[in-house]
Amino acid sequence: MLKIKNLKASIEGKEILNGINLEIKAGEVHAIMGPNGSGKSTLASVLAGRDLFKVTAGSVEFEGKDLLDMSPEDRSCEGIFLAFQYPVEIPGVSITNFIKAAVNAHREYKGLDPMPPSQFLKFMKEKKALVEMESKLTNRSVNEGFSGGEKKKNEIFQLAMLEPKLAILDETDSGLDIDALRIVANGVNKLKTKDNATLVITHYQRLLDYIVPDFVHVLYNGRIVRSGGKELAMELEEKGYDWIKAEVNGVS
Amino acid sequence: MANKEDKIINELKEKEYEFGFVSDIDTEIIPKGLNEDVIRLISSKKKEPEFMLEYRLKAYRNWLKMEEPNWAHLNYQKPDFQDISYYAAPKKQPKYNSIDEVDPELLKTFEKLGIPLEEQKILAGVAVDAIIDSVSVHTTFKETLREKGIIFSSFSEAVREHPELVKKHLSSVVPTNDNFYAALNSAVFSDGSFVYIPKGVRCPVELSTYFRINAANTGQFERTLIIADEGSYVSYLEGCTAPMRDENQLHAAIVEIVTMKDAEVKYSTVQNWYPGDKEGKGGIYNFVTKRGICKGNNSKISWTQVETGSAVTWKYPSTILKGDNSIAEFYSVAVTNNFQQADTGTKMIHLGKNTKSTIISKGISIGKSQNSYRGLVRVSRNATNSRNYSQCDSLLIGDKCGAHTFPYIDVNNTSSIVEHEATTSKIAEDQIFYCNQRGLSTEDAVSLIVNGFAKEVLKQLPMEFAVEAQKLLAITLEGSVG
Repeated sequence: MLKIKNLKASIEGKEILNGINLEIKAGEVHAIMGPNGSGKSTLASVLAGRDLFKVTAGSVEFEGKDLLDMSPEDRSCEGIFLAFQYPVEIPGVSITNFIKAAVNAHREYKGLDPMPPSQFLKFMKEKKALVEMESKLTNRSVNEGFSGGEKKKNEIFQLAMLEPKLAILDETDSGLDIDALRIVANGVNKLKTKDNATLVITHYQRLLDYIVPDFVHVLYNGRIVRSGGKELAMELEEKGYDWIKAEVNGVS
Repeated sequence: MANKEDKIINELKEKEYEFGFVSDIDTEIIPKGLNEDVIRLISSKKKEPEFMLEYRLKAYRNWLKMEEPNWAHLNYQKPDFQDISYYAAPKKQPKYNSIDEVDPELLKTFEKLGIPLEEQKILAGVAVDAIIDSVSVHTTFKETLREKGIIFSSFSEAVREHPELVKKHLSSVVPTNDNFYAALNSAVFSDGSFVYIPKGVRCPVELSTYFRINAANTGQFERTLIIADEGSYVSYLEGCTAPMRDENQLHAAIVEIVTMKDAEVKYSTVQNWYPGDKEGKGGIYNFVTKRGICKGNNSKISWTQVETGSAVTWKYPSTILKGDNSIAEFYSVAVTNNFQQADTGTKMIHLGKNTKSTIISKGISIGKSQNSYRGLVRVSRNATNSRNYSQCDSLLIGDKCGAHTFPYIDVNNTSSIVEHEATTSKIAEDQIFYCNQRGLSTEDAVSLIVNGFAKEVLKQLPMEFAVEAQKLLAITLEGSVG
């Protein structure tokens, strides 16, 4: 599904990603872990097409297409979803109207007519139930005055509505208490099929108790320095990141 | 992102005026220039009673002594008042029995504007008093309204058929010497709309008037007078578009509203006069005086406006809260683009006790435009326990435009509360990226964000009008920003 080869990216001349190689197949859950400043969120942003970052080398192939050549909205319509670490407020625009515009933009991209309102409401009701999203939230303006938990829940609700092929969760666990974390993780797990994939970006192992990864990668200094199964996450939880830093720095 | 924003701004700047077309209708125009003879000619052409001629001449003599105001945050070439023709009327002006008898050219114009003259639109519940140039051409639903005792007619007709009502209320809110443009309008106004809602009657339909400037070089001086008698209610809609022009055209209208005890008037405007081209050439000068008086106790006036047009706008729909417990509201969205300039806002004059006013103003500036809010809240000594809440928000798109807020507050007692809040924001890159990531193009993202920004005002508009207003906002933002 996703093939990242030797990806390098920088911001204002400063290199953040320094040659990432990663392949994700349908049905898989990958976790990217790493210390602060290792480039985890940059990777998510670059995949979503944020042009703050300049790609200086490498390639990203998504479902056989050149991802780096696409606009952010086309990437979305092709099936890439980013659950933001810091979801943005859009005052005066209700979540319902926002997600309706998004769903219909996806449909237009596929050459379909806008979803009839009655069908849309039914579809939304289904997805709301699936991710435990309350109606009082969907009637409110997008993220305006939301708590951390509500914002993340809203991200997962949108994920459910847009049914992407690849979901990238950028530090979705940050700012969540244990109950909110469970709801969010349950939502993600319910949405998992053999045809889609998930890339979980996290600093802590905690989230991975709920969203169990098939593969764990450790990002450090803009490079994946170690990959393994879910036991790698446990090891990191136990020992911290210092031993990996030492290892890498020792080698280089 | 910076590049994308620039691209959008460029596209927006190049957005042409959508309704720029000129219709080919025979028009009778009197020669340019203004003097007492011209005023006598206007009055006689309109077969007005003596009191109207006297009224006009008095206004004209006042006007001669006045100077064009300079205090607004506006910069424009002052009109040459001797280079304007003060009267234009479509040549044929019979009363039509059916729509088939109306000049097909005119109908085509209406169609392009989407004016609901056709049968199905009438069924939708809109009675239309359509104005092309200065004379009222077509009125629908009149009979239905007449049954309830409601008068909804052209101003000229009201002068002929209800002179006592006109005489009593004309200039009871806006005196002929109120300001330079009000004096000019009072001297030369050609036509407009007149509404009277009798005691206890709730007008069953939204009354709607479309204005349109159509003859080159003809200033438009519309006059509207709305009287809501005790316990009555009416919702009145005004909307306009104008064809492309090279010369600046002057539009100086007056709207007066009188609400008696327990009466309510809701006045909504969607204004889309030709704003000029992207170099700032041409466009309408819109110098309007709109004012209402809550004359009786417990009465209410609510102004809602969506302003996207005009090269220069000078407009302050205001309310005098004279009756005790009266309520006034002002909801405004003003969009300026390219070289447009708007100086708009409201005045809330609290005279009665326990009076309450609300001001919600949303300014959106794009391109090199300048958008100013100017508002006065005055609470007199006797207006005890009065309240005002003002909120003025500005949204900037691009970095060459300006937003300005000039609030004037004057409170003369200690039991009243006046609140003012103001914010200025830019559409943030991360908001646009967030929308992009959900599949929305940047253009759609900006449109969504702007509509969200203006929502508090848009939701005040009657349903059908709100759709039109959103369409207009989208057109204004198209290729832009969205």
